[in-house]
Amino acid sequence: MSTRKIELFVGMFLLAGIAAFLVLVFKVANIEVQSADSRYQLTARFDNVGGLKVRSPVKVGGVVVGRVMDIHLDPDRQEPVVTISIDRKYSFPETSSLAILTSGLLGEQFLGLTPGFVDDDIAMLDDGDRIDDTRSALVLEDLIGQFLYSVSNKDE
Amino acid sequence: MAVADGVQLLGRRTLKAISGLGRAGLMLWGAIVRQPNFKKGLPLLLKQIYVVGVQSMVIILVSGLFIGMVLALQGYNVLVEFGTEESLGPMVALALMRELGPVVTALLFAGRAGSALTAELGLMKSSEQLSSLEMMAIDPLKQVVAPRFWAGVISMPLLALMFTAVGIYGGHLVGVEWKGIDSGAFWSILQASVEWRQDIVNCIIKSGVFAFVVTWIALYRGYHVVPNPEGISKATTQTVVQASLAVLALDFLLTAMMFAR
Repeated sequence: MSTRKIELFVGMFLLAGIAAFLVLVFKVANIEVQSADSRYQLTARFDNVGGLKVRSPVKVGGVVVGRVMDIHLDPDRQEPVVTISIDRKYSFPETSSLAILTSGLLGEQFLGLTPGFVDDDIAMLDDGDRIDDTRSALVLEDLIGQFLYSVSNKDE
Repeated sequence: MAVADGVQLLGRRTLKAISGLGRAGLMLWGAIVRQPNFKKGLPLLLKQIYVVGVQSMVIILVSGLFIGMVLALQGYNVLVEFGTEESLGPMVALALMRELGPVVTALLFAGRAGSALTAELGLMKSSEQLSSLEMMAIDPLKQVVAPRFWAGVISMPLLALMFTAVGIYGGHLVGVEWKGIDSGAFWSILQASVEWRQDIVNCIIKSGVFAFVVTWIALYRGYHVVPNPEGISKATTQTVVQASLAVLALDFLLTAMMFAR
Protein backbone atom coordinates (compact mmCIF):
# COMPACT_ATOMS: atom_id res chain seq x y z
CA MET A 1 0.00 0.00 0.00
CA SER A 2 1.34 3.39 -0.96
CA THR A 3 2.41 5.93 1.66
CA ARG A 4 -0.17 8.40 0.40
CA LYS A 5 -3.01 5.98 0.95
CA ILE A 6 -1.82 5.13 4.46
CA GLU A 7 -1.48 8.78 5.36
CA LEU A 8 -4.92 9.43 3.96
CA PHE A 9 -6.47 6.70 6.08
CA VAL A 10 -4.63 7.84 9.22
CA GLY A 11 -5.82 11.38 8.61
CA MET A 12 -9.39 10.14 8.25
CA PHE A 13 -8.99 8.09 11.43
CA LEU A 14 -7.83 11.11 13.42
CA LEU A 15 -10.67 13.22 11.99
CA ALA A 16 -13.18 10.52 12.96
CA GLY A 17 -11.77 10.51 16.49
CA ILE A 18 -12.00 14.28 16.73
CA ALA A 19 -15.53 14.17 15.32
CA ALA A 20 -16.53 11.65 17.99
CA PHE A 21 -14.99 13.90 20.64
CA LEU A 22 -16.90 16.93 19.35
CA VAL A 23 -20.16 14.95 19.25
CA LEU A 24 -19.66 13.94 22.87
CA VAL A 25 -18.75 17.44 23.98
CA PHE A 26 -21.37 19.48 22.16
CA LYS A 27 -24.23 17.08 21.49
CA VAL A 28 -24.04 15.03 24.67
CA ALA A 29 -22.47 17.17 27.39
CA ASN A 30 -23.87 20.35 25.84
CA ILE A 31 -21.27 22.53 27.51
CA GLU A 32 -22.12 26.19 27.43
CA VAL A 33 -19.44 28.28 25.80
CA GLN A 34 -20.16 31.60 27.41
CA SER A 35 -17.90 34.25 28.82
CA ALA A 36 -18.26 35.37 32.42
CA ASP A 37 -19.54 38.83 31.51
CA SER A 38 -22.62 37.46 29.77
CA ARG A 39 -24.01 36.45 33.16
CA TYR A 40 -24.54 38.11 36.52
CA GLN A 41 -24.54 36.62 39.96
CA LEU A 42 -27.12 36.88 42.71
CA THR A 43 -27.24 35.43 46.20
CA ALA A 44 -30.16 34.28 48.29
CA ARG A 45 -30.56 32.91 51.80
CA PHE A 46 -32.75 29.93 52.53
CA ASP A 47 -33.75 28.11 55.71
CA ASN A 48 -33.31 24.76 54.01
CA VAL A 49 -32.01 23.99 50.52
CA GLY A 50 -33.19 20.36 50.53
CA GLY A 51 -31.76 18.46 47.57
CA LEU A 52 -30.64 21.51 45.59
CA LYS A 53 -27.26 20.97 43.92
CA VAL A 54 -24.60 23.05 42.23
CA ARG A 55 -25.55 23.29 38.50
CA SER A 56 -29.26 22.90 39.27
CA PRO A 57 -31.29 25.08 36.89
CA VAL A 58 -33.00 28.37 37.77
CA LYS A 59 -36.33 28.58 35.96
CA VAL A 60 -38.88 31.28 35.30
CA GLY A 61 -42.16 29.73 34.29
CA GLY A 62 -40.35 26.57 33.23
CA VAL A 63 -37.71 28.35 31.12
CA VAL A 64 -34.10 27.92 32.26
CA VAL A 65 -32.56 31.37 32.80
CA GLY A 66 -29.53 30.44 34.89
CA ARG A 67 -27.82 27.92 37.12
CA VAL A 68 -26.84 27.45 40.74
CA MET A 69 -23.12 28.21 41.04
CA ASP A 70 -22.41 27.63 44.71
CA ILE A 71 -24.11 26.53 47.92
CA HIS A 72 -22.49 27.19 51.26
CA LEU A 73 -23.40 27.81 54.88
CA ASP A 74 -23.13 31.36 56.22
CA PRO A 75 -21.01 30.77 59.35
CA ASP A 76 -22.50 33.72 61.27
CA ARG A 77 -26.19 33.10 60.72
CA GLN A 78 -25.96 29.31 60.24
CA GLU A 79 -28.07 29.58 57.11
CA PRO A 80 -27.43 28.18 53.65
CA VAL A 81 -26.50 30.81 51.06
CA VAL A 82 -27.08 29.97 47.40
CA THR A 83 -25.22 31.82 44.64
CA ILE A 84 -26.90 31.73 41.22
CA SER A 85 -25.78 33.12 37.91
CA ILE A 86 -28.38 34.49 35.51
CA ASP A 87 -28.07 35.13 31.80
CA ARG A 88 -27.63 38.85 30.96
CA LYS A 89 -30.50 38.53 28.49
CA TYR A 90 -32.93 38.48 31.40
CA SER A 91 -33.35 41.07 34.09
CA PHE A 92 -35.71 40.95 37.04
CA PRO A 93 -36.93 43.56 39.53
CA GLU A 94 -35.69 43.39 43.12
CA THR A 95 -39.18 42.42 44.30
CA SER A 96 -38.73 38.98 42.68
CA SER A 97 -38.86 35.87 44.84
CA LEU A 98 -37.09 32.51 44.74
CA ALA A 99 -38.54 29.14 45.71
CA ILE A 100 -37.02 25.68 45.73
CA LEU A 101 -39.33 23.46 43.70
CA THR A 102 -39.33 19.82 42.68
CA SER A 103 -40.00 18.61 39.15
CA GLY A 104 -42.56 15.88 39.65
CA LEU A 105 -43.06 14.03 42.90
CA LEU A 106 -39.61 12.46 43.10
CA GLY A 107 -37.72 14.48 40.52
CA GLU A 108 -34.74 16.78 40.72
CA GLN A 109 -35.02 20.02 42.66
CA PHE A 110 -34.62 23.39 40.96
CA LEU A 111 -34.98 27.06 41.77
CA GLY A 112 -38.16 28.74 40.61
CA LEU A 113 -37.87 32.48 40.17
CA THR A 114 -41.07 34.52 40.25
CA PRO A 115 -40.59 38.03 38.81
CA GLY A 116 -42.01 40.76 41.04
CA PHE A 117 -43.85 43.97 40.16
CA VAL A 118 -42.06 46.91 38.59
CA ASP A 119 -42.58 50.46 39.86
CA ASP A 120 -40.74 53.76 39.61
CA ASP A 121 -38.73 53.26 42.80
CA ILE A 122 -38.03 49.54 42.21
CA ALA A 123 -34.54 48.84 40.87
CA MET A 124 -33.54 45.91 38.68
CA LEU A 125 -31.36 43.16 40.17
CA ASP A 126 -27.70 43.37 39.22
CA ASP A 127 -24.43 41.57 39.90
CA GLY A 128 -23.90 40.84 43.61
CA ASP A 129 -27.45 41.67 44.71
CA ARG A 130 -29.38 39.53 47.14
CA ILE A 131 -32.91 38.23 46.78
CA ASP A 132 -34.59 38.45 50.19
CA ASP A 133 -37.94 36.88 49.45
CA THR A 134 -37.21 33.14 49.44
CA ARG A 135 -39.18 30.00 50.09
CA SER A 136 -37.35 26.88 51.27
CA ALA A 137 -37.56 23.37 49.96
CA LEU A 138 -40.49 21.20 50.91
CA VAL A 139 -38.94 18.29 52.72
CA LEU A 140 -41.21 15.30 52.24
CA GLU A 141 -40.12 13.66 55.50
CA ASP A 142 -41.01 16.79 57.53
CA LEU A 143 -44.43 16.95 55.87
CA ILE A 144 -45.13 13.31 56.69
CA GLY A 145 -43.98 13.93 60.26
CA GLN A 146 -46.32 16.91 60.66
CA PHE A 147 -49.18 14.97 59.12
CA LEU A 148 -48.70 12.02 61.46
CA TYR A 149 -48.44 14.40 64.42
CA SER A 150 -51.68 16.16 63.57
CA VAL A 151 -53.49 12.88 62.97
CA SER A 152 -52.38 11.46 66.31
CA ASN A 153 -53.42 14.69 68.10
CA LYS A 154 -56.90 14.47 66.63
CA ASP A 155 -57.47 11.02 68.09
CA GLU A 156 -57.15 12.21 71.68
CA MET B 1 12.88 -31.03 52.21
CA ALA B 2 9.55 -30.62 50.44
CA VAL B 3 8.93 -27.40 52.36
CA ALA B 4 12.31 -26.03 51.37
CA ASP B 5 11.58 -26.87 47.73
CA GLY B 6 8.27 -25.06 47.96
CA VAL B 7 9.89 -21.98 49.43
CA GLN B 8 12.59 -22.08 46.76
CA LEU B 9 9.94 -22.31 44.04
CA LEU B 10 8.14 -19.31 45.51
CA GLY B 11 11.40 -17.37 45.58
CA ARG B 12 12.22 -18.29 42.00
CA ARG B 13 8.77 -17.25 40.77
CA THR B 14 9.00 -13.93 42.61
CA LEU B 15 12.46 -13.17 41.21
CA LYS B 16 11.24 -14.05 37.74
CA ALA B 17 8.23 -11.76 38.07
CA ILE B 18 10.37 -8.89 39.33
CA SER B 19 13.01 -9.31 36.63
CA GLY B 20 10.25 -9.47 34.03
CA LEU B 21 8.88 -6.18 35.34
CA GLY B 22 12.38 -4.72 35.22
CA ARG B 23 12.94 -5.84 31.63
CA ALA B 24 9.55 -4.47 30.61
CA GLY B 25 10.43 -1.15 32.24
CA LEU B 26 13.83 -1.03 30.55
CA MET B 27 12.23 -1.80 27.19
CA LEU B 28 9.76 1.05 27.63
CA TRP B 29 12.51 3.38 28.82
CA GLY B 30 14.68 2.56 25.82
CA ALA B 31 11.78 2.89 23.42
CA ILE B 32 10.16 6.13 24.47
CA VAL B 33 12.34 8.10 26.85
CA ARG B 34 15.89 7.89 25.47
CA GLN B 35 16.56 10.56 22.81
CA PRO B 36 13.39 10.59 20.74
CA ASN B 37 13.78 11.33 17.04
CA PHE B 38 10.58 12.90 15.76
CA LYS B 39 11.62 13.44 12.17
CA LYS B 40 12.53 9.83 11.50
CA GLY B 41 9.79 8.41 13.70
CA LEU B 42 6.77 10.11 12.13
CA PRO B 43 6.40 7.98 8.95
CA LEU B 44 6.83 4.83 11.05
CA LEU B 45 4.25 6.10 13.51
CA LEU B 46 1.74 6.83 10.75
CA LYS B 47 2.18 3.32 9.35
CA GLN B 48 1.56 1.84 12.79
CA ILE B 49 -1.46 4.04 13.50
CA TYR B 50 -2.85 2.69 10.26
CA VAL B 51 -2.26 -0.93 11.30
CA VAL B 52 -3.27 -0.56 14.94
CA GLY B 53 -5.93 2.13 14.82
CA VAL B 54 -7.53 2.36 11.39
CA GLN B 55 -7.80 -1.38 10.94
CA SER B 56 -9.41 -1.76 14.38
CA MET B 57 -12.03 0.83 13.55
CA VAL B 58 -14.57 -1.50 11.95
CA ILE B 59 -14.77 -3.90 14.87
CA ILE B 60 -14.90 -1.00 17.35
CA LEU B 61 -17.67 0.82 15.51
CA VAL B 62 -19.78 -2.29 14.98
CA SER B 63 -19.43 -3.42 18.61
CA GLY B 64 -20.17 0.11 19.82
CA LEU B 65 -23.37 0.24 17.81
CA PHE B 66 -24.57 -3.14 19.03
CA ILE B 67 -23.63 -2.57 22.67
CA GLY B 68 -25.48 0.75 22.64
CA MET B 69 -28.52 -0.94 21.11
CA VAL B 70 -28.49 -3.82 23.60
CA LEU B 71 -28.08 -1.46 26.56
CA ALA B 72 -31.02 0.60 25.36
CA LEU B 73 -33.19 -2.47 24.85
CA GLN B 74 -32.44 -3.94 28.27
CA GLY B 75 -32.65 -0.57 29.98
CA TYR B 76 -35.98 0.14 28.33
CA ASN B 77 -37.50 -3.10 29.65
CA VAL B 78 -36.68 -2.13 33.23
CA LEU B 79 -37.32 1.61 33.02
CA VAL B 80 -40.72 1.24 31.35
CA GLU B 81 -42.02 -0.50 34.48
CA PHE B 82 -41.48 2.72 36.43
CA GLY B 83 -42.69 4.95 33.64
CA THR B 84 -39.28 6.60 33.41
CA GLU B 85 -38.24 5.35 29.97
CA GLU B 86 -37.16 8.92 29.11
CA SER B 87 -34.15 8.36 31.39
CA LEU B 88 -32.87 5.82 28.88
CA GLY B 89 -30.58 8.46 27.33
CA PRO B 90 -28.50 9.20 30.44
CA MET B 91 -28.44 5.50 31.34
CA VAL B 92 -26.95 4.50 28.00
CA ALA B 93 -24.64 7.52 27.77
CA LEU B 94 -23.28 7.34 31.31
CA ALA B 95 -22.77 3.57 31.18
CA LEU B 96 -20.88 3.93 27.90
CA MET B 97 -18.80 6.91 28.91
CA ARG B 98 -17.88 5.91 32.39
CA GLU B 99 -17.30 2.19 31.93
CA LEU B 100 -18.17 0.36 28.74
CA GLY B 101 -16.56 2.73 26.25
CA PRO B 102 -13.01 2.59 27.61
CA VAL B 103 -13.20 -0.98 28.94
CA VAL B 104 -14.76 -2.79 25.98
CA THR B 105 -12.55 -0.82 23.59
CA ALA B 106 -9.49 -1.90 25.57
CA LEU B 107 -10.59 -5.55 25.61
CA LEU B 108 -11.32 -5.53 21.87
CA PHE B 109 -8.07 -3.69 21.24
CA ALA B 110 -6.12 -6.30 23.23
CA GLY B 111 -7.71 -9.05 21.17
CA ARG B 112 -7.53 -7.35 17.79
CA ALA B 113 -4.34 -5.27 17.88
CA GLY B 114 -2.46 -6.44 20.99
CA SER B 115 -2.22 -10.05 19.89
CA ALA B 116 -1.15 -8.94 16.41
CA LEU B 117 1.61 -6.77 17.87
CA THR B 118 2.89 -9.65 19.99
CA ALA B 119 2.84 -12.11 17.13
CA GLU B 120 4.56 -9.68 14.77
CA LEU B 121 7.30 -8.77 17.23
CA GLY B 122 7.69 -12.39 18.32
CA LEU B 123 8.18 -13.56 14.75
CA MET B 124 10.62 -10.71 14.10
CA LYS B 125 12.60 -11.84 17.09
CA SER B 126 12.59 -15.55 16.32
CA SER B 127 13.54 -14.97 12.68
CA GLU B 128 16.34 -12.77 14.05
CA GLN B 129 15.20 -9.62 12.29
CA LEU B 130 15.63 -7.68 15.51
CA SER B 131 19.24 -8.87 15.87
CA SER B 132 19.99 -7.98 12.25
CA LEU B 133 18.69 -4.46 12.89
CA GLU B 134 21.11 -4.24 15.77
CA MET B 135 23.91 -5.51 13.49
CA MET B 136 23.17 -2.56 11.19
CA ALA B 137 23.44 -0.25 14.20
CA ILE B 138 19.72 0.48 14.19
CA ASP B 139 18.15 0.41 17.61
CA PRO B 140 15.17 -1.99 17.32
CA LEU B 141 13.59 -0.29 20.32
CA LYS B 142 13.52 2.98 18.42
CA GLN B 143 12.73 1.53 15.00
CA VAL B 144 10.22 -1.17 15.90
CA VAL B 145 8.93 -0.84 19.45
CA ALA B 146 8.53 2.94 19.88
CA PRO B 147 6.26 3.61 16.86
CA ARG B 148 4.01 0.70 17.81
CA PHE B 149 3.78 1.90 21.38
CA TRP B 150 2.85 5.45 20.47
CA ALA B 151 0.44 4.24 17.81
CA GLY B 152 -1.42 2.25 20.49
CA VAL B 153 -1.45 5.11 22.97
CA ILE B 154 -2.75 7.58 20.36
CA SER B 155 -5.28 5.26 18.73
CA MET B 156 -7.09 3.79 21.70
CA PRO B 157 -8.56 6.96 23.24
CA LEU B 158 -9.78 7.95 19.78
CA LEU B 159 -11.31 4.50 19.32
CA ALA B 160 -12.96 4.71 22.75
CA LEU B 161 -14.50 8.08 21.87
CA MET B 162 -15.82 6.68 18.59
CA PHE B 163 -17.17 3.63 20.41
CA THR B 164 -19.01 5.82 22.90
CA ALA B 165 -20.43 8.20 20.31
CA VAL B 166 -21.62 5.36 18.08
CA GLY B 167 -23.03 3.54 21.12
CA ILE B 168 -25.12 6.55 22.10
CA TYR B 169 -26.51 6.72 18.57
CA GLY B 170 -27.23 2.98 18.81
CA GLY B 171 -29.18 3.68 21.99
CA HIS B 172 -30.97 6.50 20.20
CA LEU B 173 -31.82 4.13 17.37
CA VAL B 174 -33.49 1.61 19.67
CA GLY B 175 -35.00 4.07 22.15
CA VAL B 176 -36.33 6.71 19.79
CA GLU B 177 -36.84 5.00 16.44
CA TRP B 178 -38.00 1.64 17.67
CA LYS B 179 -39.48 2.07 21.15
CA GLY B 180 -40.90 5.52 20.48
CA ILE B 181 -39.33 7.61 23.22
CA ASP B 182 -39.60 11.31 22.43
CA SER B 183 -36.43 12.43 20.69
CA GLY B 184 -36.35 15.81 22.43
CA ALA B 185 -36.72 14.25 25.87
CA PHE B 186 -34.01 11.69 25.08
CA TRP B 187 -31.44 14.36 24.22
CA SER B 188 -32.40 16.99 26.78
CA ILE B 189 -32.35 14.62 29.77
CA LEU B 190 -29.10 13.17 28.46
CA GLN B 191 -27.53 16.60 28.16
CA ALA B 192 -28.70 17.59 31.63
CA SER B 193 -27.00 14.64 33.29
CA VAL B 194 -23.72 14.29 31.38
CA GLU B 195 -20.97 16.54 32.58
CA TRP B 196 -17.90 17.48 30.60
CA ARG B 197 -15.25 17.12 33.31
CA GLN B 198 -16.76 14.24 35.25
CA ASP B 199 -17.71 12.05 32.32
CA ILE B 200 -15.91 12.90 29.09
CA VAL B 201 -12.50 13.83 30.50
CA ASN B 202 -12.55 10.77 32.76
CA CYS B 203 -13.45 8.60 29.75
CA ILE B 204 -10.37 9.89 27.92
CA ILE B 205 -8.11 9.47 30.96
CA LYS B 206 -9.32 5.92 31.46
CA SER B 207 -8.77 4.85 27.89
CA GLY B 208 -5.35 6.55 27.89
CA VAL B 209 -4.28 4.48 30.89
CA PHE B 210 -5.67 1.30 29.32
CA ALA B 211 -3.89 2.07 26.05
CA PHE B 212 -0.58 2.48 27.85
CA VAL B 213 -0.95 -0.81 29.74
CA VAL B 214 -2.33 -2.95 26.90
CA THR B 215 0.26 -1.81 24.37
CA TRP B 216 3.08 -2.15 26.87
CA ILE B 217 2.10 -5.73 27.76
CA ALA B 218 1.70 -6.67 24.08
CA LEU B 219 5.09 -5.25 23.12
CA TYR B 220 6.88 -6.74 26.11
CA ARG B 221 5.45 -10.20 25.44
CA GLY B 222 6.53 -9.98 21.80
CA TYR B 223 9.94 -8.49 22.43
CA HIS B 224 10.92 -11.06 25.05
CA VAL B 225 9.36 -14.08 23.37
CA VAL B 226 10.88 -17.57 23.56
CA PRO B 227 11.96 -17.76 19.91
CA ASN B 228 10.06 -20.82 18.67
CA PRO B 229 6.50 -21.46 17.40
CA GLU B 230 5.30 -22.63 20.79
CA GLY B 231 6.77 -19.57 22.47
CA ILE B 232 5.00 -17.23 20.05
CA SER B 233 1.64 -18.90 20.54
CA LYS B 234 2.10 -18.78 24.30
CA ALA B 235 3.13 -15.13 24.22
CA THR B 236 0.09 -14.19 22.13
CA THR B 237 -2.24 -15.95 24.55
CA GLN B 238 -0.54 -14.33 27.51
CA THR B 239 -0.90 -10.89 25.94
CA VAL B 240 -4.65 -11.23 25.63
CA VAL B 241 -5.13 -12.77 29.07
CA GLN B 242 -2.83 -10.43 30.97
CA ALA B 243 -3.95 -7.30 29.14
CA SER B 244 -7.62 -8.11 29.76
CA LEU B 245 -7.05 -8.80 33.44
CA ALA B 246 -4.95 -5.67 33.83
CA VAL B 247 -7.64 -3.59 32.15
CA LEU B 248 -10.39 -4.92 34.40
CA ALA B 249 -8.37 -4.51 37.59
CA LEU B 250 -7.21 -1.02 36.64
CA ASP B 251 -10.78 -0.11 35.73
CA PHE B 252 -11.90 -0.87 39.25
CA LEU B 253 -9.06 1.22 40.69
CA LEU B 254 -9.72 4.16 38.36
CA THR B 255 -13.46 4.03 38.98
CA ALA B 256 -12.88 4.01 42.72
CA MET B 257 -10.62 7.05 42.37
CA MET B 258 -12.82 8.98 39.94
CA PHE B 259 -16.37 8.29 41.01
CA ALA B 260 -16.26 7.34 44.69
CA ARG B 261 -17.49 10.19 46.86
